[in-house]
Amino acid sequence: MNRNLKQAFFSALLVWAVAFPVLGLKLSIDGISLIVHSQGSFTISIIAVCSILMFLRVLFDKQWSSVMGGGSDRKLIPPSVSNFLTLPKTQRWIILGLIVAALIWPFFGSRGAVDIATLILIYVLLGLGLNIVVGLAGLLDLGYVGFYAVGAYSYAMLSHYLGWSFWVCLPIAGLMAATFGFLLGFPVLRLRGDYLAIVTLGFGEIIRLFLRNLTDWTGGPNGISNIPKPEFFGLTFERRAAEGMQTFHEFFGLEYNSINKVIFLYLVALLLALLALFVINRLLRMPIGRAWEALREDEIACRALGLNPTVIKLSAFTLGACFAGFAGSFFAARQGLVTPESFTFIESAIILAIVVLGGMGSQLGVILAAIVMILLPELMREFSEYRMLMFGALMVLMMIWRPQGLLPMQRPHMELRR
Amino acid sequence: MSREILQVSDLSMRFGGLLAVNGVGLTVKEKQVVALIGPNGAGKTTVFNCLTGFYKPSGGTILLDGQPIQGLAGHQIARKGVVRTFQNVRLFKEMTALENLLIAQHRHLNTNFFAGLFKTPSFRRSEKEAMERAQYWLEKVNLTEFANRTAGTLAYGQQRRLEIARCMMTQPRIIMLDEPAAGLNPKETEDLKALIGYLRESHNVTVLLIEHDMKLVMSISDHIVVINQGTPLADGTPEEIRCNPDVIKAYLGEA
Repeated sequence: MNRNLKQAFFSALLVWAVAFPVLGLKLSIDGISLIVHSQGSFTISIIAVCSILMFLRVLFDKQWSSVMGGGSDRKLIPPSVSNFLTLPKTQRWIILGLIVAALIWPFFGSRGAVDIATLILIYVLLGLGLNIVVGLAGLLDLGYVGFYAVGAYSYAMLSHYLGWSFWVCLPIAGLMAATFGFLLGFPVLRLRGDYLAIVTLGFGEIIRLFLRNLTDWTGGPNGISNIPKPEFFGLTFERRAAEGMQTFHEFFGLEYNSINKVIFLYLVALLLALLALFVINRLLRMPIGRAWEALREDEIACRALGLNPTVIKLSAFTLGACFAGFAGSFFAARQGLVTPESFTFIESAIILAIVVLGGMGSQLGVILAAIVMILLPELMREFSEYRMLMFGALMVLMMIWRPQGLLPMQRPHMELRR
Repeated sequence: MSREILQVSDLSMRFGGLLAVNGVGLTVKEKQVVALIGPNGAGKTTVFNCLTGFYKPSGGTILLDGQPIQGLAGHQIARKGVVRTFQNVRLFKEMTALENLLIAQHRHLNTNFFAGLFKTPSFRRSEKEAMERAQYWLEKVNLTEFANRTAGTLAYGQQRRLEIARCMMTQPRIIMLDEPAAGLNPKETEDLKALIGYLRESHNVTVLLIEHDMKLVMSISDHIVVINQGTPLADGTPEEIRCNPDVIKAYLGEA
């Protein structure tokens, strides 16, 4: 009882320690100095009530869990359902259903919704790419956003200086990012685990600072603006075409409608995401995909079997970077503007969170997690101040309820012929 | 008799001030079973690690078919046909038994990126052959019914057998087994003996093993090398070793 009491007291104190500085204090500017004052008795009393509730909750922990019906024995989802959902076959059907839905709905959705969906698709693409590196090959890469930036700037600069179109630049941007992945991978991949994470984090920042300080070419902190949008076989989606060009609505004899442009961008993003989905799906069933997973499991055993770990790691790193390059060049086209500030560490963290949240190595999981991670903040714009708080809460809840991710995938069964 | 496939002379391995292996030599002929024995901590596994490229030996030469291989990386040596199992089984635990066997065939398969992407006929054929080879070896080690179980959930004896099968998937010339009978019951040890015999007879594999089970070692080996505290102690046929006074002294202590 004594120990319980101590624990309960400590928990209540913790509530104060966490909540008071965040919610109980208010900063205001007075002239040039910053003044801290208390948030008023209402907020303080809410914190007090919370801490008392926490105190009671911890003190009567045993009674509480018996009332809740066995506590930890109860699963959020019954095991049979969970088993069904993690079967590779089920997941394939769900993905097919999602693809069909994704193809149809934008023609009925609102402009804003389609726009958000496009953003989600960019993150799906990024998540799928990082999933190769982190989920399959087990290389913790915290600088993934660097390759995203390389892709974005490749398209931005090629179109700005040389006037090349999106469709020409897309493969080039992918190749550029892949080249960077390959070059950075060489020195970095000798390291393992935490060390790898730190060095990749550094490289991600180096790329961003490089772009920021290369003012003559990249425009420095101002970035590059007026990047043209993708065209549909040479037809633009603008109201008026540049000289010698034709617009989409003129060619098809339609009324000009700005939503056409949004839907077209969405479909391009969908195309890219489907391409990534297809390629990664095939990779998983190829020798190289198996080798990635084997490397994640046991590098020494891989070497003993004649697999060259460096080559396998590099291939994962390069391919992952390549997908980031595609995503980046599309991002630049959609945004029409690239600045170094779009590629900060927080982006890497979000992409990594998508991979981890989805269940490492599961494609459907990544898609769902991307939807959750991008849609939730958009839906709760009013609470945007508490975004990070909710982000943290989500992570903690995931750790407790589904440490394996939203939707992990079981190993595929291979039939043996007799 | 048959020709020499592996010649090791004057092998030494130094870790800082510790001389773990000192002047060990051994000669292995094709299709022989050679055992490396010695008390715990004698440096047997260190010798294995040197031979398979996990350590870079401090001195000495290792000739495979007359070609020096010392100092090559582990995967390069494995590609020359020298593969090993580990004292504490190292399977890919989260992957199925079948996948374990497919991975080991990596370098014999069609790994062309575009061939796999578009499932070209040559890619399909190569994958089919891989499945057939895997199936063959699963049958040989009695694991067919566990093909789709993850390797980590198999029983210990099954894991050991799977590891040997996985080595065989690389189509090796020399297979090095590090204490293959450790943790096996007498029945399983008998099966292991039969399996080693089968590898040698039907697949022309040379076997080098470290083992503490003297009954197994004596009954299966053509040649035995004894090392003690990193230095070679004796070398000969099982009969010679059995009555060598130095060996008895090293194992049982001085009377």
